[in-house]
Amino acid sequence: MAIVKFTLNHQPVTVQSDLNRRLLDVIRNDFNLKGLKEGCGEGECGACAVLINHEIVNSCLFVLANVEGKEVITIEEFAKTKRFTVIKEAFAKMGAVQCGFCTPGMVIATESLLHKNPHPTEMEIKVALSGNLCRCTGYNMIVEAIQEAAKAGEGLW
Amino acid sequence: MQKDISISVNKIDNYEKISGCAKYVNDVQIEGALYAKTFRSPIISGEIVSITVPKLPDGYFAVDYRDVPGKNGVKIIKDDMPIFAEKILRYFGEPILLIVGPQKSVVQSLINKIILETKLIEPIYDESNIAINYHYEKGNPQNAFSSANRIFEYTYQTGYQEQAYIEPQGMIGYSEGDKITLIGSIQCPYYVKNAVLLALGCSSEQVRIIQPAVGGAFGGKEEFPSLMGCQLAVAINKIHKPIRLIYEREEDIEVTTKRHPAIIRMKAAVDSDNSLVAISSDIRLDGGAYLGLSNVVLSRAMIATTGAYTIPNVDCSGIVYLTNTVPNGAFRGFGAPQIFYAVEMFLNHIAKDLGIDPLDFKMKHLAKQGDLTSTSGTFRDPILMNDLIKRALEISDYRRKSQKYKLENQLRGMGISLFFHGCGFTGSGEATIIKAQVKLHKDEQDNVDILIAAVDMGQGVRTTMSKIVAHTLGIPMDKVRFPYPDTDFVPDSGPTVASRTTMIVGGLVAKAAQKMHDRWQNGVADTVIEQYVQPDYIVWDEATFHGDAYPAYSWGVNIVDVSVDKVTNQVTLEEAWSVYDLGKAIDDLVIKGQAEGGITQGFAYGYLENMEVKNGKVRQKNMTDYIIPTALDTTKITTELIDNPHAGGPYGAKGAGELTLIGGAPAVAMAIENAIFRRVHNIPVTPESIMELIEYGNR
Ligand code: FES
Ligand code: FES
Repeated sequence: MAIVKFTLNHQPVTVQSDLNRRLLDVIRNDFNLKGLKEGCGEGECGACAVLINHEIVNSCLFVLANVEGKEVITIEEFAKTKRFTVIKEAFAKMGAVQCGFCTPGMVIATESLLHKNPHPTEMEIKVALSGNLCRCTGYNMIVEAIQEAAKAGEGLW
Repeated sequence: MQKDISISVNKIDNYEKISGCAKYVNDVQIEGALYAKTFRSPIISGEIVSITVPKLPDGYFAVDYRDVPGKNGVKIIKDDMPIFAEKILRYFGEPILLIVGPQKSVVQSLINKIILETKLIEPIYDESNIAINYHYEKGNPQNAFSSANRIFEYTYQTGYQEQAYIEPQGMIGYSEGDKITLIGSIQCPYYVKNAVLLALGCSSEQVRIIQPAVGGAFGGKEEFPSLMGCQLAVAINKIHKPIRLIYEREEDIEVTTKRHPAIIRMKAAVDSDNSLVAISSDIRLDGGAYLGLSNVVLSRAMIATTGAYTIPNVDCSGIVYLTNTVPNGAFRGFGAPQIFYAVEMFLNHIAKDLGIDPLDFKMKHLAKQGDLTSTSGTFRDPILMNDLIKRALEISDYRRKSQKYKLENQLRGMGISLFFHGCGFTGSGEATIIKAQVKLHKDEQDNVDILIAAVDMGQGVRTTMSKIVAHTLGIPMDKVRFPYPDTDFVPDSGPTVASRTTMIVGGLVAKAAQKMHDRWQNGVADTVIEQYVQPDYIVWDEATFHGDAYPAYSWGVNIVDVSVDKVTNQVTLEEAWSVYDLGKAIDDLVIKGQAEGGITQGFAYGYLENMEVKNGKVRQKNMTDYIIPTALDTTKITTELIDNPHAGGPYGAKGAGELTLIGGAPAVAMAIENAIFRRVHNIPVTPESIMELIEYGNR
């Protein structure tokens, strides 16, 4: 048991817990934020993605100890932003969502990519998505959605 | 005039899914829910001599077969699979008991302390334990073979495939008085309900099944959740507390059903003008440890044994054999991917032996409207395969590229596949087994609820059904609601399987909406119930495989361009093209999604996804070992549709979900074959197998 302090969705939080717990469990269970999903628990699928200091991170491989002092943003908070609205519209328009289980992670991956590279090429998008598995769509419609978001959100990133 | 129904709309669950608000089973909060984990067989084949469960702390429970109040068998077709093993253990990972309690870590440590004494029984992996043996004929195959000009014979093999839905299997449940409610990641609420009724031996009002958002299924959540549902219901019945049973990925891959590996031997008789006069096939499916749905998978494969072609004489046999391995089951395509792979390669190989163009050879034998099917039924609707092929060749520039790659000899190749999928249950299944019922309810504010058991697992049925109703009633989409299925409120419209949902259930929904439309009164509540009636021209004899196996067929053409790396033998998809006849798309974007997702799984089945079961154990244990396509494995896919409305479907729609997977593997395997100038017989065509083929394969 130890105390860890970090910022979760812009709020300073303190967690007293086993340092080896997965950030995924802390966020889902202690803070009841269920937007991130557990698809594999082994860092392969990206369904559990969050932003930590604006980098995409798989929360299933991230232990509580390492989050000390960092800034964590989950889909719930990101969903309040303008950028999200653009991504949401683009995902809907291009048919990028089927079962939706991968989708919050895909949205986080999109934000993390466009933050670094507001005008990505198709290949750059594919590389950025390569850590997020989707079994339903075959990916092209997600890639097209990200291209669409980059275009529609010109100036936002 | 009304808009064309195919024009896409915003899917009704887009926003809740994109924003992470959609509730999947593991997101459902139930106060005080206990955690359950399964203790599984550590051996492949044997007998339980004794089980010693450690002393359980207060609040912890063990649940096993002795707690099953009804029948200890999961109702699938034959109830042959126990809910909890009693004595005999038939596969590695077979469930023996559940440990249930408040803390995950304690539950896990209790499981680790269980001592199981067993007596080993020699495992069976070969075909010695045959569970199903089917056979049928059309015409007079014996005569045709004895008078044939030439006879060809080849064998094809297909591997396992894991559904790999991104949301693992899971269920959570609770009781109120003597009623048990289960919420699960499932395809078929009523399958689970009926299985639980048998397990608990209770009455229908005592079991309620609710479907939350489902994170992909692809057949993997067709029959398997019935097992979990029974286990969970038995546990809740014993403990009377809410319980959560969610699999982790490794457990999911290790113990859930997969696509049946198949060995298919094909023999053909060809006459002097290079016409196929007879085909004889022998399809052998490894069912795993229990029969499950394997016989139905086998019959779907057998019915499609002549592929997209009309062949006058047919002799088809098939077996399911049981082995001491994880049970195999439903997976998008349901036997069709195996058989279409074999038939497409076989015709390709015959043409090559005859020294004629494989595509010309295939086109010469294409089925036409009015022809007899393999089971002597009739193709009643127009078949537009010639148009589909023509268009696919145009958009892909297939002929020119094939020729060019052949001359260049640079490990580049084109492949093409022609295929169909029978829509709905085989034969009279819809009328005799399913008996689908749908309900529409209009309230006094003129909001219309769609009450059906069809599950949206990503394929968009909540949107397409809502569209059908809105369109038929001429009301806006936001006046139509499609609540998640709940067996307390929706009638049994049948399972969400077999490419039946849009055509059969959607057809009933459209009929109900039409009735509601015809007697519509503003501000007056109304309920319409519609029951499936089989068209009287459908005659099917189960025992002899004779008659109309399906009411309608969807058709497709896939073309793919691949390259093979000279050094690593890695396959790269360069581009792909598809043209489909699905009757009529209810929503173009939904269909595009089905087309791209389906073909991606189909291609991967042919060259990428590799699962081996060695000595009774699945070797690929997680998503790191079992490779499914990532964004980097995909290629540009062009999909076109040619409308061919079917009178029995809503707005002419036929099935789409499975069709799009079926042609991927034969197209990609043929493209690789053409790239490396070596015959491909087995899939997946992995880099290792390409290396071997280049070294030792036949041209
Ligand atoms: S659950 Fe974290 S990467 Fe899959
Ligand atoms: S939409 Fe189902 S996994 Fe991506």
